[in-house]
Amino acid sequence: MPEYETHEYDVLVIGAGGAGLRAAVEASSMGARTAVITKSLLGKAHTVMAEGGMAAAMGNVWPQDNWQVHFRDTMRGGKMLNNWRMAQIHAQEAPDRVYELEEWGALFDRTPDGRILQRDFGGHRYARLAHVGDRTGLEMIRILQQRGVHQGLDVFAECTINRLFKDSQGRIAGAIGYRRETGELLLFKAKAVVLATGGAGRIWEITSNSWEGTADGHALALYAGADMIDMECIQFHPTGMVWPLSVKGLLVTEGVRGDGGTLKNIDGKRFMFDYIPAMFAAETADNEPEADRWYNDKTVRRTPDLLPRDEVARAINSEVKAGRGTEHGGVFLDIASRRSPEYIRSRLPSMYHQFMQLAGVDITKEAFEVGPTMHYIMGGVRVEAEKQGTAVPGLYAAGEVSGGMHGGNRLGGNSLSDLVVFGRRAGMGAAEYALGLTSAPALDQADVDERAALMMKPLEGDGRENPYAIHTALRTLMQNKVGIIRTESELQEALVEIASLKERLTRVKAGGDTKYNPGWHLALDLEHMITVAEVVTRAAIERKESRGGHTRDDYPNPSPEFGKVNIVDRLGPNGVEVRQEPLPQMPPELAELFADGGDDAHG
Amino acid sequence: MPTANLKVWRGDDSGDYQNYQVEYGHGEVVLDVIHKLQATQAGDLAVRWNCKAGKCGSCSAEINGHPRLQCMTRMEIFEEGEEIVIAPLKTYKLIRDLVTDVSVNFEKAKTIPFVDLEKPAPGDVRRMAQMDIDRVQEFHKCIECFICMDVCHVIRDHPDNMDKFVGPRYFVQLAMVAMHPLDQHPKREMVAYGFGLEYCNITKCCTEVCPEGIHITDNAIIPLKERRVDELYDPLRMIGRALFGKK
Repeated sequence: MPEYETHEYDVLVIGAGGAGLRAAVEASSMGARTAVITKSLLGKAHTVMAEGGMAAAMGNVWPQDNWQVHFRDTMRGGKMLNNWRMAQIHAQEAPDRVYELEEWGALFDRTPDGRILQRDFGGHRYARLAHVGDRTGLEMIRILQQRGVHQGLDVFAECTINRLFKDSQGRIAGAIGYRRETGELLLFKAKAVVLATGGAGRIWEITSNSWEGTADGHALALYAGADMIDMECIQFHPTGMVWPLSVKGLLVTEGVRGDGGTLKNIDGKRFMFDYIPAMFAAETADNEPEADRWYNDKTVRRTPDLLPRDEVARAINSEVKAGRGTEHGGVFLDIASRRSPEYIRSRLPSMYHQFMQLAGVDITKEAFEVGPTMHYIMGGVRVEAEKQGTAVPGLYAAGEVSGGMHGGNRLGGNSLSDLVVFGRRAGMGAAEYALGLTSAPALDQADVDERAALMMKPLEGDGRENPYAIHTALRTLMQNKVGIIRTESELQEALVEIASLKERLTRVKAGGDTKYNPGWHLALDLEHMITVAEVVTRAAIERKESRGGHTRDDYPNPSPEFGKVNIVDRLGPNGVEVRQEPLPQMPPELAELFADGGDDAHG
Repeated sequence: MPTANLKVWRGDDSGDYQNYQVEYGHGEVVLDVIHKLQATQAGDLAVRWNCKAGKCGSCSAEINGHPRLQCMTRMEIFEEGEEIVIAPLKTYKLIRDLVTDVSVNFEKAKTIPFVDLEKPAPGDVRRMAQMDIDRVQEFHKCIECFICMDVCHVIRDHPDNMDKFVGPRYFVQLAMVAMHPLDQHPKREMVAYGFGLEYCNITKCCTEVCPEGIHITDNAIIPLKERRVDELYDPLRMIGRALFGKK
């Protein structure tokens, strides 16, 4: 029988990005015995890559801003698929969370009168993003990390969770994982689990996500019996680096456009004026002088360079397809001809650094190539809006792994605020639940031992499949057939290929032993990635329309019927089950905010 | 495609360098080459990495003897065919291959005080001038790659000092709290003995290697040392303390 390093907690938080750390800080401050599990070292989570800022209607730059405007922008950006209540809570609470980070030591850039400065971003009507240059995520993670350390959180660094367990009544009872450094098995007995595992970018070839984005939390929730929603909605960020190959997909912050940068095709044309959708026509400038005035004068219409990300990504895709792209298959982003070198270096220091060091390009002197990169999954674990609980008692989810908040498309800047608004609420929900239980749910030892044996399988046996090769095949497949533009026939082909990858995975073999062995770790992560890839593909087949981060070549327009439903998925006894469920309806006082239209998506 | 001539540390303390040949393309960095090696020849090669963009500080290693981020070290800086030696950080205990045990840093982090800010004026938010936070924001740029700790001879050459000396990364964090315009910790508390400020003899090795360009010595350590002199060794205050008791 395998040996386990065993621990008991009230609340187990899986993931130590912004959402996980904020959840853990909250749960522990409520008196729950709390542990945080992180696949990397503490402070390295993908949150550090968030650049532009944290959206919160504080009204420091434009006093006209308030939560209603932010709520409306978020819903319209999400093509009205969002869970309205989450979008409302988010807009209402984001300012408090910004000030809380400041209280804990964050140093946001300032306005001339000493308050927190806010910057323009796509889809936000007013300059709304609190920021620290272009490294806001790093600031958030460091501050939350220091807060957690001083609060005495137990942190399990470089540990990966492989499965959750439930008791005989279907309640969360614990989790199994391993220490990456040694390969030792870890068994957690826990009353509640908060999933805060982030995204799924590593399923695609071109992505801004780090190795950690392997859809672990989505898979853990599916295996535990929770529902997913909107899994077909994938955000391809319009501006990833495209050259050199080594950095293909690496994020270029939307702040470049927020601070005055503009997109141009190979002919030097500012092509975004040709791609203004009807939904945003009333508020988007259709000529260059007006667009350029907008940065300093919010009474005129905004520049189309800052349309929501799904619109900009599709536009770039179309320009490249029409043969107006750059040598390496992107378009140009030009801030050099529009702002002074000093301004660019002070506003975008890490972008300057990143291009100088990795591409040998001086962004203060020349335009640079950009193209879409898989950046974010809007879909995720279905949660209730108040405390982020799922269909499984004791299971909570916050941040990118949860679904609903961003609907069909997430606005830039709404992620960092999402992390702390709902991280806090999930931590609260999990702690209340765990502290309210009179006894700890019991683990079934047979389940645990069975799973432990399966985890060792890639190291044993005589399989010949290389985990890295299977991973590459999966990424290529998803990039080509479940990418920015989709069609029924390719999605069906993808399902067949996913089934064959699943079969290959049964013969996977990782060389070496259990001590810090990335091949073995990848072999285990692959099961999660392949499961979630199938869910995304099936959901993409089900939604026969184009909306937000889901574009179908065979159904190029939004459909009013599909605009009224979520695509909900779960794992049943016979595999993935997909169904449609009506969207939750917002109360009349909120619906009024959309009286001038909003639910016609991008048609 | 040119071929890189790699010499990579494999195994734990009893391990050794192994030679590998890996092809690489335009614009690739050392971490790309290590990943290719992993995917094709050495599936269990242990290496840490996350962002591959110089923002997370995970992939620090000693490359031809210089501590650097693998993700920010372009292959083009090497001569074609040159032997490239990739070794783990020396200051920390080796786990395997390129991965070391840096957990001691998280113990050090606990010893640095957490900010304690003045409350804002009633009905207002906290106000700070950009000018006053510029210098402190520099300290917030730290990506915790621990390269400064790796080159610091106080701990690299004298491991016994590890528990008496928080090291350059944590002097930066101490400075971040001490120089926050609204922090209320008594100054003396921030420059007290215990952090090991006196061990640093300002050779500036840490500053030289910082991938974020933080002026660790000039902007963090020296001002902290000056504060210590002001707080603890000002002759007038010493006389005051002698006459009127401890202050």
